Amino acid sequence: MKNIFRISFLITLFLGFQFNSTAAEKVEYLKTDWSFKGPFGKFDRAALQRGYQVYQEVCSSCHSMKYLSYRNLVEEGGPEFSVEQAKAIAASFEVKDGPNADGEMFMRPARLSDKFVMPYENEKAAQAANGGAYPPDMTVLVKARGDGVDYIYSLLQGYEDPPPGVTLDDGVYYNKYMYGNKIKMSNQLSDGLVEYSDGTNASVEQMAKDVTTFLMWTAEPHLETRHRMGFKAIVYLIILTVLVYFSMKRIWSRIETKV
Amino acid sequence: MPTQLRLDNFMSEHEYTPKSKVGKWFNDRLPLLTLANHLTDYPTPKNLNYWWTFGGILTFCLITQIVTGLVLAMHYIAHADMAFQSVEHIMRDVNYGWLIRYIHANGASMFFLAVYIHIFRSLFYGSYKSPREVIWIIGIIIYLLMMAAAFLGYVLPWGQMSFWGATVITNLFSAIPLVGEGIVTWLWGGYSVDNPTLTRFFTLHYLIPFLILGLVVLHIWALHVPGNNNPIGIDIKKPSKDTVPFHPYIVIKDGFALLMFMIVFAFFVFYTPNILGHADNYIEANPLVTPAHIVPEWYLLPFYAILRSVPDKLLGVIAMLSAILILAALPWLDTSKIRSAVFRPLYKQFYWILVADVLILGYVGAMPAEGLYLLIARIATAYYFLHFLVVLPVLGFKERTIPVPLSITEPILGGSPNFAAIKKKDSFKDQ
Repeated sequence: MKNIFRISFLITLFLGFQFNSTAAEKVEYLKTDWSFKGPFGKFDRAALQRGYQVYQEVCSSCHSMKYLSYRNLVEEGGPEFSVEQAKAIAASFEVKDGPNADGEMFMRPARLSDKFVMPYENEKAAQAANGGAYPPDMTVLVKARGDGVDYIYSLLQGYEDPPPGVTLDDGVYYNKYMYGNKIKMSNQLSDGLVEYSDGTNASVEQMAKDVTTFLMWTAEPHLETRHRMGFKAIVYLIILTVLVYFSMKRIWSRIETKV
Repeated sequence: MPTQLRLDNFMSEHEYTPKSKVGKWFNDRLPLLTLANHLTDYPTPKNLNYWWTFGGILTFCLITQIVTGLVLAMHYIAHADMAFQSVEHIMRDVNYGWLIRYIHANGASMFFLAVYIHIFRSLFYGSYKSPREVIWIIGIIIYLLMMAAAFLGYVLPWGQMSFWGATVITNLFSAIPLVGEGIVTWLWGGYSVDNPTLTRFFTLHYLIPFLILGLVVLHIWALHVPGNNNPIGIDIKKPSKDTVPFHPYIVIKDGFALLMFMIVFAFFVFYTPNILGHADNYIEANPLVTPAHIVPEWYLLPFYAILRSVPDKLLGVIAMLSAILILAALPWLDTSKIRSAVFRPLYKQFYWILVADVLILGYVGAMPAEGLYLLIARIATAYYFLHFLVVLPVLGFKERTIPVPLSITEPILGGSPNFAAIKKKDSFKDQ
């Protein structure tokens, strides 16, 4: 039994190393309570819907969401818009389809099965419109940043005047949470920028939290299923382990060696 | 006594005949039933501790990787323009694709965690010594192939770390004089890491696990010739009072340990599935943007530290390769006749220093190669080689070992003059 503790100790040590290596260059991020953290974490449905609104009205003019489809907005574990709402959202975008019977490409309203319409034709067009900087695709952005949601949540609120001695080129802004502090995206959020349909006060903090929650969902659409299944799997494994432990004791009791 | 009956069965192991007529008919033509009988009755030292359960755990890891890998390969597209997208397709649209991919990705880490424990168990109990040298060398080849498979697999999602990791590692071959550059171009299938590189990496990533599987069969076969080593490292009579039949004793114990391992595994898969990976790998590969730090996966970090601690590229590559290959020579570098560290008080100290040394190498491997980190990496690298090339050979001649018991039952039942000395060694008390 003692050995088991030793093995667990080694595993803990190994985990410690992992956390340590990522925690090397720490900035203090802004803190907030994320409903999706922890083994029972779930998304706040209303926050996801508001977050979608912020993405749609603010971010989507530059940032694409290319791995997400309109049908995802309806699916369980997401913002869970009604089918009618999602169809209406999709129909407000135009996608190129074809070729039709005449061999022509044509524009039609988007359907649930379509991927989110991109703001630019291609990466070059996006760069051209943004002073050479490519606004990254947002679908898995949260997972593509080492500090994840805390980083994005803080970054959105981290704009301030550069400290003395720091000069910024045209089209470059100072953000205290950005790696290297220089960012090509200007401050996007200001109080009351969007009008939430559920009456929530659209403070900068609120919008940052909502849109970050939304981005967590786009990056991990099956997070809720994963948490639920994980709990069941681990409880099942623990019960089975206990049963096997007693079976083992019973079997080994036939000989004088301890197990 | 059931035990007695089982032990009697052992005696007749070689004269095994199936009871049914059909069984006998088949067994005379292909002795699968004899093999099954051998595997269930296989006499195993009864004092094996939990460190010995990792062999079974590793088999589980290999099978898990192959099964999840097969399913992933059904949905993955090995093309530079589509690989990243197809992984997202797996994560989003394939039924339980996220589960399968997270098991596969974290499974690689779990596999290495288990293999490192398995290797260090061998080092502690001298399992590599005569007559088990061939088992050990096959094990080292498996370990090398595992590293190759893990590296190739890491390239497949075609994220930033995939692309740049592939660039860094393949570029190591350019250190070879004269033909180096040519070899790199040949490996890439072009003048940079690109689509041809990805398709061949996918092919090889698919091939290697089956090579490993074949070698695992040889590894176990070679193990079954002399039988298991054990915590006190002595030769035992088989079958005897010192052994138990593999089934049910070892099967249930391995099963118990495997379940404990699976709990840790499940925790990673369900609650922190991305913690062992690098965030940059969720950014699609871009040949024009180099990540700030190019870091390999955690399990390769000690070797990465050795590579970077040598200022010359070629010598660095040689040092890194030697660090692995030196292990194959271990049975001959260790001159001590005593296997288990339990009876080698000095070796035991050096063993733990080596463990610490490798952990330090892993740590500095994750840090930038500069200043204090580089200095520590150099000292740790030097010590790593010192351990194998100087400490081990000399220790065999100089060390005063503790008297070794004659059998496993002797120290356990007590009464031997050696018992008092052994009793203090806790690693042995609680199998």
